[in-house]
Order: sequence, then structure tokens, then C-alpha cells
Amino acid sequence: MSTVPISAYLTLALVLFCIGLYGALTKRNTVIVLISIELMLNAGNINLVAFSKFGMMPSIDGQVFALFAIAVAAAEVAVGLAILIAIYRNRKTVNVDEFDALKH
Amino acid sequence: MSGEFLIFMLLALIAIVGGVMMLNLTKVVHMVVALVFTFISVAGVYVMLSAEFIAVVQILIYSGAITIMMLFGIMLTRHNDNSEPKAGRIRKILIFLSILGFGLVFYLGIYNVEFTQEATTLHENNTEQIGLAIYSKYVIPFELTSVILLVALIGAIILAKRDDLEEADKE
Repeated sequence: MSTVPISAYLTLALVLFCIGLYGALTKRNTVIVLISIELMLNAGNINLVAFSKFGMMPSIDGQVFALFAIAVAAAEVAVGLAILIAIYRNRKTVNVDEFDALKH
Repeated sequence: MSGEFLIFMLLALIAIVGGVMMLNLTKVVHMVVALVFTFISVAGVYVMLSAEFIAVVQILIYSGAITIMMLFGIMLTRHNDNSEPKAGRIRKILIFLSILGFGLVFYLGIYNVEFTQEATTLHENNTEQIGLAIYSKYVIPFELTSVILLVALIGAIILAKRDDLEEADKE
């Protein structure tokens, strides 16, 4: 029997998610916003893997889901960075506050 | 206090310190390197949860590929603007308070979660179990993942490629 309760894992994931959310909402550099989103996805993966060990019906499925989430996150980073570089080429900035062309 | 709990505490501490350092450092490259600590200790947490394969994938994809790609993104876009604008102070405090509230609500929901069951066979031939599940139960999502990766690859190349026609027009 494991001595670390599931609530400890869930709390760690919650703290990491909150850090990622704060970074994504307050940081001005687009690269940091992207990597904060990665941190939030990572917190979600911790929950999936924790429930695959401790959940109502413990099975390998949670780990498979975490793998799919990692694959989608990698695709998201690739497209996000490509968009960032395309914007940088046109606007010469990476500050998220200046990407407001859709507002006007 | 058992050794397992101590190791968990150490990993959680490194992960959270990495995240907080990411929030407080001023240089963009340092922020990304601080997050590598977080990603590696999350891989350690996966090992504790008997998910060795996910742990290795985490180290390869997150602390390897994604971090390096972020560093390339920083290098390709000049980043001399590491000073934050002053105006957003009230906004920052508001965001912090609302995230604190969010975290508290969720903590109240999860702090005494307890399931009686615990998987005991996950660590035996972990990779084989994942492979069997992917190729039998989850074969359609697995194939769709390959389509997503292909689309992301093509989309990223097309977005980041310099448009030859536009270049010719400019000259």
C-alpha cells in the first residue's frame, strides 16, 4: 500500500496548474505564455496518471490518455511557435499586448 | 514519515520552486531553464505513480524537445524587452487573488479525496501494458494522433515558411 495519499498528488497538480495559469495571464512574452500553457497541461497529466493508479477503477487507461495529451501538447507547441514566428516577422514584437489587430 | 513520502515532498518542492522561479526571473531564457526542473521532477512523480514509460516520455518530450523548441523560439525573436510594463500592477493583483480563490475552491474539493482501490500491477511490464492498450482498445485514437501530428507538421512548416511571392513583390 502506498503511503502517499492521492490528495497529495492532486494538490501538487493543482499548485502547478495555478502557477501556469498565473504565468499565462500575467506574462507579456508570448514564449512564456506558451510554456505556461504547457505547465498547465502537465498538471492535467499528473491527474490522469494519479487516477490511473488510485482512481475508482484503477487501470492502464489513464496512462494511455496522458500519452495522447502529451502528443497533442507537442503538436500545439509546434503550431504555436510557427504562428509566433510568423507574427514576429510581420510585427517585430513578441509582446502579447501588441497583438491586437483583431480589436480595431 | 516514510521514505516514499519524503521523496514525494522533495519532488513536489523542486517542481513548485521551478514554477515560482519561472514567475519571478526576469530573463526569458532563465525562465525556460527553470521550468526544466519542474518537468524533470514531474517525471519523478510519474515514476512514483508506477508510470515509468510516461516518465521517460516526459523527459524526452517536455524537458528535451519542447524546451529546446522554446529556446529556439526565443533566439529567433529578439527579446530585449525583459522589463515588464508598470501599468498592470492592479491587474496582476486581481489575477493573483482570483487564482488564489480558484485554487482554494479546488483544494477544498480534493483535500480529503480517498479511494479504497489501488492498482498493484501497473509497474509490471508497464510498457507492454501500454502497448497492448494502445493497439487494441485505443487503436482509433492512436491513428488519429498520427493525423494530428501530420497536420501540425505541415501547418507549422507552412506558417513559418517565408512566403516567396511576397518577398518577390517587396523587392
